[in-house]
Amino acid sequence: MTFARKRVSAFAAVAVAAALVLTGCADTGSGSGGSGSGGDGGSDNLAITFLPKNLGNPYFDTSSEGGKKAVEEFSGTFAEVGPAEATPDAQVSYINTATQQAVGALVVSANDPKAICDALNEARDAGVKVVTFDSDTNPECRDVFINQADSEGIAKTQIDQVAEQIGGSGEIAILSASANATNQNAWIELMKEYAASEYPDITIVETVYGDDDDQTSFDKTAALLQSHPELKGIVSPTTVGIAAAARYLSTSDYKGKVALTGLGTPNQMREYVEDGTVTSFALWNPADLGYLSAFAAKALIEGDITGAEGDTFEAGDLGEYTVGADGVVVLGDPFVFDADNIGDFDF
Amino acid sequence: MTTTTSTTSTRVIRDYDRPLWRRVLLNREFAIIALLVLVVVVSAASIRGFAQPITVNYLLLDVAPILLIALPMTLVMITGEIDLSVGSMVGLASVVTGVLTESGAPFEVAALAALAVGVGGGAFNGFLVTVVGLPSLAVTIGTLALFRGLAVGLLGTTAVTDFPEMWTALAKAKIAGTTIPYIVIPFLVLLAIFVVVLHFTPFGRGIYAIGLSKDAARFSGVNVEQTKFILFILSGAVAAFAGIFYTLRFGSARGDNATGLELQVIAAVVLGGVSVFGGRGHLHGVVAAVLLIGVLGSGLRLAGVTSDVINIITGGLLIFSVVAASVLAWAQRVRAKAGPPLRVAASPAP
Repeated sequence: MTFARKRVSAFAAVAVAAALVLTGCADTGSGSGGSGSGGDGGSDNLAITFLPKNLGNPYFDTSSEGGKKAVEEFSGTFAEVGPAEATPDAQVSYINTATQQAVGALVVSANDPKAICDALNEARDAGVKVVTFDSDTNPECRDVFINQADSEGIAKTQIDQVAEQIGGSGEIAILSASANATNQNAWIELMKEYAASEYPDITIVETVYGDDDDQTSFDKTAALLQSHPELKGIVSPTTVGIAAAARYLSTSDYKGKVALTGLGTPNQMREYVEDGTVTSFALWNPADLGYLSAFAAKALIEGDITGAEGDTFEAGDLGEYTVGADGVVVLGDPFVFDADNIGDFDF
Repeated sequence: MTTTTSTTSTRVIRDYDRPLWRRVLLNREFAIIALLVLVVVVSAASIRGFAQPITVNYLLLDVAPILLIALPMTLVMITGEIDLSVGSMVGLASVVTGVLTESGAPFEVAALAALAVGVGGGAFNGFLVTVVGLPSLAVTIGTLALFRGLAVGLLGTTAVTDFPEMWTALAKAKIAGTTIPYIVIPFLVLLAIFVVVLHFTPFGRGIYAIGLSKDAARFSGVNVEQTKFILFILSGAVAAFAGIFYTLRFGSARGDNATGLELQVIAAVVLGGVSVFGGRGHLHGVVAAVLLIGVLGSGLRLAGVTSDVINIITGGLLIFSVVAASVLAWAQRVRAKAGPPLRVAASPAP
């Protein structure tokens, strides 16, 4: 008697397998949205899907808003998908889904430069254009990468900020992340070169390392101010460092006397800008990043660019951009946040 | 424990009282399979992009680790135990494969070492549960943290991405003429072995006996400790195998690979009709449940449903299935009390 039940269940199991296989063999033609083929002529399938590292992250909420604004400007179809956790395996499922949907382009911030590569290349083989932004994959897995800012721009903006705030002369110090942080070290080198050539009256007296730890950065700020009584400004090219330094300054006698600038996020720095500790600080604007990424996706879909060096495209309000080496497009110099505009940002 | 035993045997006896059609249609496994067919048909008909060959490929690649690990997990849970460390073991096996490959060992050697780590980790769980006598829930929560800690500790926040092209291609390769990935073959082989072991060997029948009543099983000559020990080793080894597959599929060994996978496996096993108290469950129900969760996720993602809503739907389905099963069991008990005295079953549970 149990045999009968098992037989029916087994039959049903076979039926499911058959259904899956039949689905697997069914019409290959469906599902391809617009005119499809990724040939030279381009396509009019302006369905653009944003896939950030994860959802519910204010930084990516802002970039997706920028992307949505752009897609609406050129009358495409915008979608945002993403995993709850920022893991590459979860992103692969969403990349596969976009391939199945035959979207025009996928705009991705990669959780891993390699792990999502094969999935992206499968999507590209199926005619989907791939734009990476914020975090790149290996160059062979995408058409273009929208880089938030290049090192020269980051260095230049920070030195210009501090120079303006201290009146172009005096002692400044740098509060960095850890001593072997690749990005920060590269920026600091460029900052020193740029300061030496543009602002000869400014001396960088010391570089200290807060290890991207809030308390360490706080203590190092205190030590800097003690050992350099003539210090007029601090530059902190790391979001942890600048917030800790601002917290120290805001409750000390140095508030408003020693300038502080660097790279920070509006949500971390808001209270210090509002209480006058900090005049301005810089970071790229994620909304512009999303906006530019969407226009790059459009240009790829329509066949205006292929991602080759020297290709140019129009990006709405942001103007014209040129694709650089390795398919990299640089957004531009960092965006400067101050008391006038900080209220417009939430990330 | 005695109450569990008596209600279970009541249900077993009642089973033979019911008409054939009810026994065939009103069981958990059939319900899940029917639901799976329904979801496949509805998705194919209503969701654009679902009814195409590549869907099968993506779906099977996505659920393969869960399918694999669900096999030993089903057996472990039928004995009334649980293994929460499998997701972390996937991560640890992935990292071991990666670290050894990076240090210059051939990939085959690295993979074998990862399997050995899986066997060792499983044996460690088994030792603590059967020899020391600790509850598996506590032991494997501990090893969940321990294995994950080792994985992240070995590799830090970096990833190893340099694996032989031959192997990464094989992990995703499709069987000629279809979109079905090759990983289905080791799964089907393992499934066949597990079905035979569970249903046609004294060892397998002992697994059900342990879940129904450990003491009765021991008095019937089942070596309870040895059986559980072997199952934990199997669980660790299969999790490690899934870890190697995972590494190759994504071409990336990371300490945080497959975080939380254990809950997806256990959810599918419970949805498939395995009782968390042991003694009840079938592999075909579990396989159907894994596919059901996979198809639901794939279809809903295609339809543009966000990940949190997909989680809510999957969670709701799981709770509904468990509640429905309890309500049915309760209804049966009520009727059994009201009805005529029970006849004694001629054979043990199916």
